[in-house]
Amino acid sequence: MTGSSGARRPITADQGLVVLACLAVPSTAETALRRTSLYGRHAAAGARLVPFAGWEMPVQYAGIRDEHLAVRRHAGMFDVSHMGEVQTRGPQAAAFLQRVLSNDVRRIPEGGAQYSLLCREDGGILDDLFTYRLADCELLTVTNAANHEKDLAWMQEQAAGFDVDVIDRAAEFAMLAVQGPAARSLLAALADGSLPPRMHCCQRDIAGAPLLICGTGYTGEDGVELLLDPEHAPAVWDALVGAGVTPCGLGARDTLRLEVCFHLYGNDMDERRNPIEAGLGWCCKEETGFIGAEAVAAARAAGTPEKLVAFAIDGPGIARQGNPIGGGGVVTSGTFSPCLERGIGMGYVPSEHAAPGTRIEIDVRGTARPAVIESKPLYRTKGP
Amino acid sequence: MSDASYPEDLLYHPEHDWARLQDGEATFGITWFAQDALGEVVFFEPPKVGVAVTKDEPYTEVESVKAVSDVVAPLSGEVIEVNTALADKPETINDEPYGEGWLVKVKLSDPEEASSLLDAAAYQASLA
Repeated sequence: MTGSSGARRPITADQGLVVLACLAVPSTAETALRRTSLYGRHAAAGARLVPFAGWEMPVQYAGIRDEHLAVRRHAGMFDVSHMGEVQTRGPQAAAFLQRVLSNDVRRIPEGGAQYSLLCREDGGILDDLFTYRLADCELLTVTNAANHEKDLAWMQEQAAGFDVDVIDRAAEFAMLAVQGPAARSLLAALADGSLPPRMHCCQRDIAGAPLLICGTGYTGEDGVELLLDPEHAPAVWDALVGAGVTPCGLGARDTLRLEVCFHLYGNDMDERRNPIEAGLGWCCKEETGFIGAEAVAAARAAGTPEKLVAFAIDGPGIARQGNPIGGGGVVTSGTFSPCLERGIGMGYVPSEHAAPGTRIEIDVRGTARPAVIESKPLYRTKGP
Repeated sequence: MSDASYPEDLLYHPEHDWARLQDGEATFGITWFAQDALGEVVFFEPPKVGVAVTKDEPYTEVESVKAVSDVVAPLSGEVIEVNTALADKPETINDEPYGEGWLVKVKLSDPEEASSLLDAAAYQASLA
C-alpha cells in the first residue's frame, strides 16, 4: 500500500541509521566501532548511539528538534571527534596544498581558515575540507571521517616531489563544535583570551585545557570549533554543559546544515560529481593549477547537465535521499526542517529546470509530492 | 515524552503495534517502544477509509525527523476511521501512543487472528 516502496523499513532501536546509513562505512563483526573520548559523557547523558563511519556516535540526546532549536536560539555542542586531521608541515607545505586543494591556499593568512575541495584529475570530488594555517609552514586540514584514510593516502601520494611532511593526526585530536548565537559569549567566559573572528583560529586555554579554537562551523550560526587533546575533551565538555550549552547529536547536525544548504559529502556530492554541478565553484580557483583545475574550468565554461538545487515541499510529506524528482533528477538529502516546519532537501535536477521558483514533483515512495526549488539557503540565520 | 508503558488491555504485534478489540472492530496504534525508537514523529498521513489492511503487512508510515518507518497491521480488515487529528499534531503519537495517538480503526475480517497476538507481558518480554 505504500506504492513503489522497496524494502521494508521496520522500526528498530537504531532508527537514526535509516538516513545516516549511507555515510557509514559498513562495520563487520570483526571491526569494532571506535569510541571518542566523550563516549562516557554521551552514555551517561542517555544519548542514542549509532554506528557512523566506523564510530559509535550520538545521534540524539533529548530529541533532534529540541537540540536543533537550542542551536538556533542559544547554544549547542557536538562531539565531532570522528572527523580526521592531516597536518602538512615543511617549507613547501602551502605549495603542496595549493596543488591538491581547490581554493587559493596562498590567501590563508597565519591564523586563518579556508574551505576547499580535494578533487581527482577529472574533477570528481574526493572530499570537502577545512584547512587552518597554524604557522607559515604548518597547516592542519580536517577531513570527513569516512574519507580520512582515502584523503591521507591521496595527499601522501601527491606529496612526492614537494618538501613537505604529510602526517596523520586523527588520533591526536578530539573535536567539539560549539554553535549558536550565545556560543561565543558562553565560551569567552571560560577562555583565557579573546576568541578568534569568523574564519580564523588561535591557541587558547578553555577550562584549563590548551586547544585550537576556530571560528568555523556547520550550522549557519555563529560559533566555534575546538580541536584538542582527547584526554582534555571530557573536562571541556563538562565546563560547557555547566555554562548552559546543550549537547546535540548528529541528527540535529544534519537538520541544521541542510536548512542552510551546506553540503554533506556522500549525499550531496561524491567522486562522480564535479564542483560546478555541486554548486561549489566558488571555492575552486582554477588559476592555481590544482589537481582537477582543467576539468573544473571546462565544466564551468560549458555548464553541466545537472545542478544541485535546494527545495521545499509545498504541502505535507518529507522527501528522503534517493527519491526521484519528476523530469529527471534525484534527492540527495531530505529531512523535516524544525525551523520551517516542512519537508526540505537538496537534489540534482537538469540545469534547464534549476531556477528558483521552478515547481517540481518528488516521488516519495509512490506519492507525488509537489515542491518548489528555492534559493539557498533555505533558512536564513541571523548570524554569523 | 511519556514513560514506558504497555497496557494490559491491549494485544501486541511483535513489530511494535497494538490493537484494542471491541465488537469485531479494533483500534490500531504503535507501542511506546516504537515511538521511543522513532523519536519525535513529525509526519503521519493516514491511509484512506475503506482500504483493506492485512495482518503482518505494512499499511501506513510514520516519519520522524530522520527516518521513515512502516507500520504493520496487527490484524486484517477494512479501515473504517482514521485519526485525522494527527495531521496537525503528529507528536501526539509520542505523547499518548495508546490514547489520542491512535492511528486507525478497522472492521476485522477475521477476528480469530487475534489469538496469535501477544499480551502485554509477552510483548514486553520480547523487548528484553
